[in-house]
Amino acid sequence: MSLHDLEKLFQEKIDKEIKIEPKDWMPDAYRKTNLRQISQHAHSEIVGMLPEGNWISRAPSLKRKAILIAKVQDEAGHGLYLYSAAETLGTSREQMIDDLHSGKAKYSSIFNYPTLTWADMGAVGWLVDGAAILNQVMLCRTSYGPYARAMVRICKEESFHQRQGFETLLVLSKGTDEQKAMCQDAINRWWWPSLMMFGPKDSESTNSDQSIKWKIKRKTNDELRQQFVDMIVEQVKLLGMTLPDPELKWNEDRKHYDFGEINWDEFWNVVKGNGPCNKQRLEARKKAHEEGEWVRAAALAFAEKRKNKLNTKAA
Amino acid sequence: MMNIQIKKFYYGDIPDSSPSSSNDVRSTENPWPLWEIFIRSKQGLDHKHAGSLHAADAQMAIENARDVYTRRQEGLSIWAVESKFIHASNPDDAEMFYEPSTDKVYRHPTFYDLPDEVKHM
Repeated sequence: MSLHDLEKLFQEKIDKEIKIEPKDWMPDAYRKTNLRQISQHAHSEIVGMLPEGNWISRAPSLKRKAILIAKVQDEAGHGLYLYSAAETLGTSREQMIDDLHSGKAKYSSIFNYPTLTWADMGAVGWLVDGAAILNQVMLCRTSYGPYARAMVRICKEESFHQRQGFETLLVLSKGTDEQKAMCQDAINRWWWPSLMMFGPKDSESTNSDQSIKWKIKRKTNDELRQQFVDMIVEQVKLLGMTLPDPELKWNEDRKHYDFGEINWDEFWNVVKGNGPCNKQRLEARKKAHEEGEWVRAAALAFAEKRKNKLNTKAA
Repeated sequence: MMNIQIKKFYYGDIPDSSPSSSNDVRSTENPWPLWEIFIRSKQGLDHKHAGSLHAADAQMAIENARDVYTRRQEGLSIWAVESKFIHASNPDDAEMFYEPSTDKVYRHPTFYDLPDEVKHM
């Protein structure tokens, strides 16, 4: 069968909503796009543990600490689901980790911002996980089977993350003046970076068209961003807080909220590695990987020893 | 509200002064093998494929599967099979392989037209 025929058959499957599975024929670019997106997503989960890990030792109560540990553990799990999904496309775990550490592979820029106060744990859960969930709900229907299945699992677990974040802020919003100020300050700092999580504008995004045709994505960056704004504008009222955008206004014609221009210079600057914490995040990952090397080697040696022991017994 | 000072903790758990010496060294380690994980969610149900993970041996695969796939009581029993031992049919052969069953409609109960008076069948 010619390449052209294979591609036609492939697109027909996609159009009929038939999922693509690891051993099926797929265009190289489809494999590459999925690989890039899934590994980037996996790295984001893993690096995403760092800003919250910062607060495990400083959580204000045992209850909050237990919740935070559970949330960070979930993120480790989400990273593992996604690495496994990426591996079905023919890469190895080591390759992906090397690419992260060398800077070749990216992760979500949001995790390059620092978590300065306890209220940031609330804002991260509510805004950052909230933005991530919109993307992830869409990806539950993505065309690559292993990615879609990982996303279904992740979405089931993720909603606790967002709810606990909102509840954390709700408690602060009813607290002392200082706690209220801390709550508003965290919202002010996380609002714009959260909007940037959806990526460049549709008019400037290079990957969107083909990804939508292949049903890797089903909504554009701008559609998801608008959905997020409409949702958060209503929720913030319940906190009695405000969003730091004077241009936020209901647009009766569009039936959506209008919002101000994102600082795209800041966005690209952080993507290029110059955000407030890019360097610390990568250093932390590399350090963890290097310092874990002897553990991985020891586990293999122990497994080997145990196998030999069993074999001797059997003989 | 104007004189309120918020105490800010800068990201501090990871010391800044730990330059990694092996920046661009490729991993030369021996990777842990890949395992496929199957989970029985409830007594009486089949084990179902949950996903895969890396582990040094079977015992570790089961322990890791407990942490990765059953954090919310999703399972009562775990099977771990090293991925290299799974044999799969070829999707390119699917048509030829499964086609023989498509023309045997008489294998389905709906093939048989019975009078409405027949009960319990």
